[in-house]
Amino acid sequence: MRRHDITLVVNGVARQASVPARRLLSDCLRHDLGLTGTHVGCEHGVCGCCTVLLDGQPVRSCLTFAVSVDGHEITTVEGLGGDGDSLSPVQQAFAECHALQCGFCTPGFLCTVTALLRDNPAPTDEEVVEGISGNLCRCTGYQNIVKAVHRAAELMAE
Amino acid sequence: MTTQLFGERVRRREDPRLLTGQGRYLDDLGRDALAVAFVRSPHAHARIRDIDVSGALDVEGLVAVYTYEDLPERLAEPLPLLIPHPALTHGRTAHPLAKDVVRHVGEPVVMVVAEDRYLAEDACGLIEVDYEVLKPVVGIEEAAQGAQLVHEDVPGNVGAHMVQEVPAADGRSAREAIETAPHTLAFRLDIERSASMPLEGRGVYARWDGSDLRVYSSTQTSTSVRMAIAAKLELPLPHVEVIAPDVGGGFGVKIMHPWPEEILVPWAAMLLGRPVKWTEDRREHFVSSAHERGQVHYVRVGFDDEGRVQGLEVTILHDHGAYTPYGIIVPIITSTQLLGPYRIGAYRVEFSSIYTNTVQVTPYRGAGRPQGVFCMERTMDKIAQYLGLDRAAVRERNFIQPDEFPYDQGMIFQDGRPLIYDSGNYPEMLRMVKELIGWDSFDKRPHTGIGLACYVEGTGVGPYEGGHVQVTSDGRVHVSTGLTSQGQGHETVFAQIAATELGVPIEKVSVVTGDTRRFGYAVGTFASRAAVMSGNAIALACRKVREKALRIAADALEADPGDLEITEGVVHVKGAPGASIPLATVAVLANPLRYAFDEEARRATQFASAAAPDRPPVAEGEEPGLEGRDYYSPVRSTFAAGMHAAIVETDPDTAEVRILRYAVVHDCGRLINPMIVEGQIHGGVAQGVGGALYERMVYDSHGQLLNASFMDFLMPYATEVPRIETAHLETPSPLNPLGIKGAGEAGVIPVSAVLASAIEDAEGLPIDRMPISPAELYHLRQSRDG
Ligand code: FES
Ligand code: FES
Repeated sequence: MRRHDITLVVNGVARQASVPARRLLSDCLRHDLGLTGTHVGCEHGVCGCCTVLLDGQPVRSCLTFAVSVDGHEITTVEGLGGDGDSLSPVQQAFAECHALQCGFCTPGFLCTVTALLRDNPAPTDEEVVEGISGNLCRCTGYQNIVKAVHRAAELMAE
Repeated sequence: MTTQLFGERVRRREDPRLLTGQGRYLDDLGRDALAVAFVRSPHAHARIRDIDVSGALDVEGLVAVYTYEDLPERLAEPLPLLIPHPALTHGRTAHPLAKDVVRHVGEPVVMVVAEDRYLAEDACGLIEVDYEVLKPVVGIEEAAQGAQLVHEDVPGNVGAHMVQEVPAADGRSAREAIETAPHTLAFRLDIERSASMPLEGRGVYARWDGSDLRVYSSTQTSTSVRMAIAAKLELPLPHVEVIAPDVGGGFGVKIMHPWPEEILVPWAAMLLGRPVKWTEDRREHFVSSAHERGQVHYVRVGFDDEGRVQGLEVTILHDHGAYTPYGIIVPIITSTQLLGPYRIGAYRVEFSSIYTNTVQVTPYRGAGRPQGVFCMERTMDKIAQYLGLDRAAVRERNFIQPDEFPYDQGMIFQDGRPLIYDSGNYPEMLRMVKELIGWDSFDKRPHTGIGLACYVEGTGVGPYEGGHVQVTSDGRVHVSTGLTSQGQGHETVFAQIAATELGVPIEKVSVVTGDTRRFGYAVGTFASRAAVMSGNAIALACRKVREKALRIAADALEADPGDLEITEGVVHVKGAPGASIPLATVAVLANPLRYAFDEEARRATQFASAAAPDRPPVAEGEEPGLEGRDYYSPVRSTFAAGMHAAIVETDPDTAEVRILRYAVVHDCGRLINPMIVEGQIHGGVAQGVGGALYERMVYDSHGQLLNASFMDFLMPYATEVPRIETAHLETPSPLNPLGIKGAGEAGVIPVSAVLASAIEDAEGLPIDRMPISPAELYHLRQSRDG
């Protein structure tokens, strides 16, 4: 099968991969680049587990061909925090508020919420619920995720 | 003062890795592994005439193709029937790959191994299976008529039939009691199929090095998977290890084992001498894992003028799908847990467990309880309505009273033990939930309604769990237990228990679960049992370690062990902080050495130790090292309870249901970590809301699952789950040292019952079937209005 050489700027680092045209971005990130923090829960665009930031915008990496984002910037959960082990305000808020259980949906939520709060630093309750309503979580009942989004907004305002 | 962490809202220790993408879920492992894909049956019922794999052989990267014919003797047998029961007279299980006949859409027929999953699926697409299509059996009532058979040798499609009867105090049977009661009602209640649906599907990854097999599985029981693999692949147990890595949710479906893939993938890894991995995709999960909940119930109840139940008879049809690998646990739980917090004069329950050409049924969080609670709570509401009484008052009149514990329901529970409730306070709980929701002050307006439901949940079923605790010479505490974790926060709560018991800072404690290299004996995580079972086992193991530490420290400090305590990882004489010895040093002293590999070790060598020369360095009855292992094996289950109440609003035009308020009062005994318990309840309620209003498995008459994707199987998003208000009551269990009861399933159990109650109140229409969609509610309205 014909392969295509692509370059993705992932979490600020240029990464090369040689992929067939049908390779999903989610598989490319996970299996070609070894960034397994991005998860795949449905592979048909509904659960949001695979959400990453493409040039800053949240996208479903399971609905994106890797070749179609050649040359673009991608942020995955691995790149949300600062250097080393430090957590971003969103990650920190999720820990504080117990906004994760199994953690499988979490990377998708973190990417979604990071973009949400960048665009709307002080969302109302309704805006928060609306903002995360494209991501499924089977564990938390969303109660603490909503809390965590508000808490993250607070931390970012500090 | 001891380090008191039990009962605190301690932050989760698993979060830092899960928040940064450092979790290790099944598909994150084995980048070098070959990939597996399956050809699965597209038919619900068919005979396999021929399998032609030739078309696939040219696919680049194809490594191997296997069909039933290739399986060696032990693998060619049917998969195990895990939980046999005398009433399960016609249990049937599948073969790892279909033999002759397929009995549901999704049954695995051919296994393909290739260099990656894309190529494996390419090859699957080119394999041709010739089927003779047989008439499928779909729908529980059709199946129960037995005109068509799922298994030729199972007459009437009846896998199991069971009756349990509890006579009234005066010896009368339930039927007699109902017949002679002042009032009787009879009705039918239905619950449809749903499924656990964790966001991570199943998966298996195996490596074989020529003599040892290591298997990773996204399972709720690594120890039992290990034993099943060793038996099926005829390997000595010590040469097999199974590890449950981070698991992305289970909710019951992953307690089933061994799945065909859990045997086939390791087998292929051994044959091929290369690591092999299979990761389930979402469609596979829908059609080849397991479902639950589908049951029909016929209820007859007799009661007096006050609403006190005198006799109850329930006849259940349980749809267990095409196979019964997990036995008949679900209808047994429905039958027994149906009784809830009530004393029912006389009770008769009968169930038939029926085969259909659909995906097999195994427990999903709640495991038969949501159906049982739906029956009992609908019954209470119907009694109240019939007599014109307050629904809460009717319940209260039937409650078991606080001074009646232990209360024997006179039945046999799912663990084969008597159904005896250990403790509880139901009237207080009712008072709390009424207050929380504002029951008495509820302002009834058109298209709004309030509902209530109560349940009792047997948790912490045996037979046992174990814990191992080791203090190393650096003062760290290593805890392991065999059961597995799927997001419950075990690494945190077990560390809280160990830190509290041993008097060490929690930062010093690390916890490993689900790794047979660390702990080989375990049952698994299900039935809200992990905290009760492993929590107590770990506490008991810690107590052994503590006792030994105090003994050794007492020697070193020339003190009485009874005068010593441990705080912040240091053993010292109570009230005299000067005389002390760190636990790390005690660990050094506990292991007499010959070789000094570092400074700490030097202090433990034979020559440094002050041991009397006429005594053996390891005293009789002692073992080297500061470690302990213990098991917790309860005589029977402990019974948690809860009551939920909700206020709903129904749209007068679209018949959409909106939950305005949702209140939960919950009693799981002593709370280890309230934050985690609340999280469990939130998640359970959300699944319950899904099951009550959105989720169902839609099979057509051909046995095709029409909604096998997240597009069509509607799980609630944040927009569908109301804010959940919670309150706790703590009635400790007298059965276990920590006084705890399970909490994992609690949230989901009464949700269909409470929402049916509230919708009925809003609409003035009997709601006897859940889930209920806007379209169904709309039709109910129409048929009422003619
Ligand atoms: S995996 Fe991409 S949306 Fe579910
Ligand atoms: S934390 Fe498990 S799916 Fe969200």
